[in-house]
Amino acid sequence: MTAMQKLLQLPVNAVNMVKTVQSQVQGQEEDKSPVLTPDSGQQAWYSALQPDELRHLRSGGTGGGGGGGGDQEERAPLEEGGGGGGFQTQPLRHDDLKEMLDSNKDSLKLEAMKRIVAMIARGKNASDLFPAVVKNVACKNIEVKKLVYVYLVRYAEEQQDLALLSISTFQRGLKDPNQLIRASALRVLSSIRVTIIVPIMMLAIKEAASDMSPYVRKTAAHAIPKLYSLDPEQKDQLIEVIEKLLADKTTLVAGSVVMAFEEVCPERIDLIHKNYRKLCNLLIDVEEWGQVVIINMLTRYARTQFLNPNINESLLEEGGSGDKTFYGSDEDEDEDEEEKEKKAEAAAMAKRKPYVMDPDHRLLLRNTKPLLQSRNAAVVMAVAQLYFHLAPKAEVGVIAKALVRLLRSHSEVQYVVLQNVATMSIKRRGMFEPYLKSFYIRSTDPTQIKVLKLEVLTNLANETNISTILREFQTYIKSMDKDFVAATIQAIGRCATNISEVRDTCLNGLVQLLSNRDELVVAESVVVIKKLLQMQPEKHSDIIKHMAKLTDNIQVPMARASILWLIGEYCEHVPKIAPDVLRKMAKSFTNEEDIVKLQIINLAAKLYLTNSKQTKLLTQYVLNLAKYDQNYDIRDRARFIRQLIVPTEKSGALSKYAKKLFLALKPAPILESPFKDRDHFQLGSLSHLLNAKAGGYQELPDWPEAAPDPSVRNVEVPEWTKCSSREKRKEKKVEKPFYTDSEGESGPTESADSESDSASGSESSSGSEESGSGSESEESKEASESEEEEEEEEEEQKKKKKKDLKKPVQESESEQSSEEEERKHQRKSKPRKSESESESDEDEESESESSQSESEDSESEAEVKKKKKVQTRTAEPKPPPKPLKKESKKEKKEMSLLDLDDFEPAPSPQVTPVNTFLSNSLVTDLEGLSLSDSVLSPATIAPSSTLKSYELLHRITGEGLSVEYCFSRQPFSPDANMVAVQMQFTNNASSDTKNLHIEDVKLQSGMRVKEFPEIELLPAGETATAVMGIDFCDSTQAANFQLCTHTRKFFVSIQPPVGELMRPVFLTENEFKKEQGQLMGMNEITEKLTLDVKCRNEHAIVQRVTTAANLSRVPCGSDKECRFAGRTVTSGSLVLVTVATKEEGAAQLTVNCEKMVIGTMLVKDILQALTQ
Amino acid sequence: MIHSLFLINHLGDIFLEKHWKSVISRSVCDYFFEAREKAVDPENVPPVLQTPHHYLISIYRGKLFFLSVIQTEVPPLFVIEFLHRVADTFQDYFGGCSESVISDNVVIVYELLEEMLDNGFPLATESNVLKEMIRPPNILRSVVNTLTGGSNVGETLPQGQLSNIPWRRAGVKYTNNEAYFDVTEEIDAIVDKSGTTVSAEIQGVIEACVKLSGMPDLTMSFMNPRLLDDVSFHPCVRFRRWESERILSFIPPDGNFTLMTYHISSQNLVAIPVYVKQSISFFEAGSCGRLDITIGPKQTMGKTVEDLKVTVHMPKAVLNANLTASQGNYTYDFTTKLLVWDIGKLNPQKLPNLRGSLSMQTGVPNPEENPSLNIDLKIQQLAISGLKVSRLDMYGETYKPFKGVKYVTKAGKFQVRT
Repeated sequence: MTAMQKLLQLPVNAVNMVKTVQSQVQGQEEDKSPVLTPDSGQQAWYSALQPDELRHLRSGGTGGGGGGGGDQEERAPLEEGGGGGGFQTQPLRHDDLKEMLDSNKDSLKLEAMKRIVAMIARGKNASDLFPAVVKNVACKNIEVKKLVYVYLVRYAEEQQDLALLSISTFQRGLKDPNQLIRASALRVLSSIRVTIIVPIMMLAIKEAASDMSPYVRKTAAHAIPKLYSLDPEQKDQLIEVIEKLLADKTTLVAGSVVMAFEEVCPERIDLIHKNYRKLCNLLIDVEEWGQVVIINMLTRYARTQFLNPNINESLLEEGGSGDKTFYGSDEDEDEDEEEKEKKAEAAAMAKRKPYVMDPDHRLLLRNTKPLLQSRNAAVVMAVAQLYFHLAPKAEVGVIAKALVRLLRSHSEVQYVVLQNVATMSIKRRGMFEPYLKSFYIRSTDPTQIKVLKLEVLTNLANETNISTILREFQTYIKSMDKDFVAATIQAIGRCATNISEVRDTCLNGLVQLLSNRDELVVAESVVVIKKLLQMQPEKHSDIIKHMAKLTDNIQVPMARASILWLIGEYCEHVPKIAPDVLRKMAKSFTNEEDIVKLQIINLAAKLYLTNSKQTKLLTQYVLNLAKYDQNYDIRDRARFIRQLIVPTEKSGALSKYAKKLFLALKPAPILESPFKDRDHFQLGSLSHLLNAKAGGYQELPDWPEAAPDPSVRNVEVPEWTKCSSREKRKEKKVEKPFYTDSEGESGPTESADSESDSASGSESSSGSEESGSGSESEESKEASESEEEEEEEEEEQKKKKKKDLKKPVQESESEQSSEEEERKHQRKSKPRKSESESESDEDEESESESSQSESEDSESEAEVKKKKKVQTRTAEPKPPPKPLKKESKKEKKEMSLLDLDDFEPAPSPQVTPVNTFLSNSLVTDLEGLSLSDSVLSPATIAPSSTLKSYELLHRITGEGLSVEYCFSRQPFSPDANMVAVQMQFTNNASSDTKNLHIEDVKLQSGMRVKEFPEIELLPAGETATAVMGIDFCDSTQAANFQLCTHTRKFFVSIQPPVGELMRPVFLTENEFKKEQGQLMGMNEITEKLTLDVKCRNEHAIVQRVTTAANLSRVPCGSDKECRFAGRTVTSGSLVLVTVATKEEGAAQLTVNCEKMVIGTMLVKDILQALTQ
Repeated sequence: MIHSLFLINHLGDIFLEKHWKSVISRSVCDYFFEAREKAVDPENVPPVLQTPHHYLISIYRGKLFFLSVIQTEVPPLFVIEFLHRVADTFQDYFGGCSESVISDNVVIVYELLEEMLDNGFPLATESNVLKEMIRPPNILRSVVNTLTGGSNVGETLPQGQLSNIPWRRAGVKYTNNEAYFDVTEEIDAIVDKSGTTVSAEIQGVIEACVKLSGMPDLTMSFMNPRLLDDVSFHPCVRFRRWESERILSFIPPDGNFTLMTYHISSQNLVAIPVYVKQSISFFEAGSCGRLDITIGPKQTMGKTVEDLKVTVHMPKAVLNANLTASQGNYTYDFTTKLLVWDIGKLNPQKLPNLRGSLSMQTGVPNPEENPSLNIDLKIQQLAISGLKVSRLDMYGETYKPFKGVKYVTKAGKFQVRT
């Protein structure tokens, strides 16, 4: 190769390059196709391209392209010689490079600059080329220029004097008519850290801050922190610039200036006031990185300006209704206030002023929520922390879904997200419970992820899910990753301490682990067992004995020490073994580790105090050995203990108390999550992750006691006056529907809705237009902004209307007026609802979520009523005792016919999508109908006689007290896995019965009972009802317990019919078939039968089956088949029932159920119900 | 914000460094190397490290560590997300993200890094904007450049940065206007020993390749949008429209991009396309073990399962595997203890089976746990969740584009416990 060739990068292999291109073109067809090639369209797609375009496309994938096309080949042999590889071994020395830089040819300059930059990239020193490079700062060639900039930024600090040579070029650039050149000049000027030019920089920044182009202003914002780090004394001037830029209305500037604000003057929170609303409104259009910074800053801001939304927890449900005060006026407001108070219910609360959320606070929450859908994990995390720190409790739940989504991302993202989830899950466990399974661990997860997931699982464990979690833990224990196994054992220990129900199970499990082959596992188990035993030692002397035996085998010092401590502490429980252990230990004393030795001394002392006869000599022997130990700690301890326990004449006053000192009751250790209390750091921050304050961390302030003046955020630009006039207009609108009667309301509502619809439409379209034109006109921005505002207001207005809608219905309901009227209301409000549904999704969501629990009951009732008109009623088997009761009874019975999963106490605000589809629309359908705001507590459910009731205690055996129970089929709200049993107590005796309660519950393993609250007084002749929950563990085993009054105890038992062990679920026909397909073979039971004469129509069959079992009907195309579906209450296994009718009463019953026993029993029960 | 960036290869050599503020000595990486040594796997290196004066945040991508040095408080995800974006950009520019690719294009890499961050704060991360400023390497151009002294730096000024839709460059022109969408769903599942599904969820992504002239405004609607539990969008998607109508409305970026990702969580019933019957056992005597795996179709919706592959990470004690596969072939790498069985198409008539014996190291206690099986598979023309795109409309331009949608289902983290 000639030197010229080398320089020009046009070596022999130019020919080869062309060749490779060709071969690639050929190979491409079957090779990587662009992402999306529809199978048939592939050929067409390619043929559309010109051949050289193809080459363009392709070459992105081939290595060795780019500036140094020939570098690769050239370098290969050199690398072998040089060893270090890369550019520094180029034969070109600095002198040659200088020569090239001085030449007239741009190509030579470019080549030289490329090599220099490559040197910089590798960390090689290229500083002595500075003079030669800086000359080229004015070069015409853009790429050379750029590379010179790169060089300058890197070395200017070291060669300040020479760097000054370049300044004039940049100053010229600052005046260029092209905005991009101005911006780039400012960027470089501010990046070269030369103190002398601080005044020049300051001037340039100030000028750029009022530049016409938002891009230049953005660059100015970027330059601010650079100047600040160079010369902190400029702070005051810089704050002025920041203030000016904060007022900027373009999205381009917003992120950068807030970043500058955070770096220069985060304490000047007052600068934000005037810009707060604007920032909230612009937020969604700011670029991702800016969003993160703004959201974090606004979190801090909100903490100083608003009140804690969770201050008055009982009023949480209406967190969403806070906006109303925005229009705050007259009766409207007062009415709402009343309504709220009704909700608050508690009499004590009534006087306290309910918390009303500042509309600005609401604005922030509402405008950040869509960003949970961002593709950028940092944005999602920022919104999540904002909600965690600022949102009312009831609304925080929305972030869980998004955080769980991030768990699919890169492992580093997972790591950070899990850390934050771990902290959140301590405070708000309910939030992540529905996503429990997403935290299950895969063997392929990195260990650090595994451990964090384990932490989250442990935090989420509670009475209901502990069995699943423990089962999961069992699999983990067998893992090959021993660190992870150790962490699992600790997790089990923590579950056991937190959930007393499983303590014994866990302990047994851990004891089994003691015979594990792996010593680490054993050691870890010992340590955990020790902690557990400390909580209730008396029950577990056998475990202590077992552990005593382990001392022969376990070598891990920590474990040995733990065992010895346990034996010493509880030597009274193992009086025979303890001295023997000490004997063995004394023998091996000299070979033990230090912590073990200390525990041996401890053990000896304790034994000496309790059982001095047997152990006196041994103790002395041990103490003597310890006296000459190498470790001074041990020597000291031995000396101290000898003085303390061995009585001598001159022993001090303390020795009297030796026993008290050693055998004092020690508090059981509390096993806590390492993530406890970490939330005093702002979540998502570096400080939170490290659990230590990082430099520059801004504390998250506590909520203020009283809210600072909210008017500081008012902006007095003309925009605002416009707004206020609009507000007036609005108020008129608001009032209208309010005053008009509910009957004649639909007109205005509709018009308002359509209006807002168009507003939102125009908003989005205007957004696109604006972006399309790329114009920066301030006006259009403003217009869209105000429009947005308008929309918001409209939204709020709508919300209010909804409230109004609710009210009349509610009133009529509470009056128990005729059904006719109710129906009218419902018919009317329903279509209205569905209309508004589409636009106000957001409100809906938050509303439905927040009011989930309350709406359940009311919804169901409403739904029941709707059904009523459709359904022809069949004759009740028994005449009901009271007409009023009848009402509720029927509802209940029919409720089981409603194919709604919604009535379940949904474990989460989240329902499966199939259901969401239904439930969402239903919720909205029903929202207007919600009847009473008071939450129906299970205790108030009236007994029903259509539900079969069973006798628990006969009047005679009960000495006047008779008790009946029935399975109310209501979800048992404290625990979804329990069956609600409703009991009706009647006192037939002449005297009062007091203190009715349950005692001495005897259950099969796994079963649990939630007792009803004690009935303090049951006067003679009165009846009372109570609801208890029993988890039958999907078995028909009876629950035995004693029913106690103040005088007597009665042994009673409740045995459930198999049909009550399930709850209805909603399935579509297809899902049903799909599920059925999975439950074939052993899981399917088919029985032929002849239907009872009275039971030959579809309706009768449905009724009988649903009476026999708590199932819901599945829609079905054919009228020959009736399908039902349910899930068992505890394990949630599907139960599918099909009744296919044939001619003359012949029918076939099919039951598909994973649990075969339940299936068989259910077949029997349904068979009976259908044939009799 | 981000102070410096070091790129480190798997051997622990720093092969590229870039500083956005003052220069930080590369010795700061020593803390990282220490942690790297402690962690057995590169994946186990803590992403965030604290040193006396700095914080180190790193990601591991394609056998490279991207290590950034931080001096003050910054959300760690901000940095992590940015580093991944850098890696994505390299991937996009050079078609790969390995040491050799980066070293070959070191100048472009440096120019890119210069544009992406300003004083440690992200400046331009949109690929469209970057490509306007710095052209991706391209053989033809490099030949021309070397002859004429041309450059990689765009001649025109990058207008994209200025517009309100930075993801789309202006004045796009195509002779054939086309828009293709790939709906890819991955099933993440844990199946336990008895074949019951412990957890299963679907992670879906819609990737697009849009080559349309001008400023098209697209809307895409689904037959069953309620199916989607959770979604995340490219910034171009108008969120309000989705909230209210469940329609994706967007002005697309030019070229390839990820339109949205969605998640269908474990609360739903997720169809599991295959079942696995397996028995792996290790015998105490004779230090050997047996392995028998059969795979069959479960819920495939009538489609063929392709590219079926089973990967087993064997315990350390397993020395070699002597197996016979009824279909496909297997390899056992005894250094990494990785057993890979490549099956290919699943034939429902003749279920593929792999059986045989494992030879174990003598004198080592038998592993307690059987290794779990990782399944890979692919089903063409099916989105397992049942998601369907119903229509795609274009507004704002007059021509008729060619539109296409393709569905693929793959196994994600699909694990069978044994």
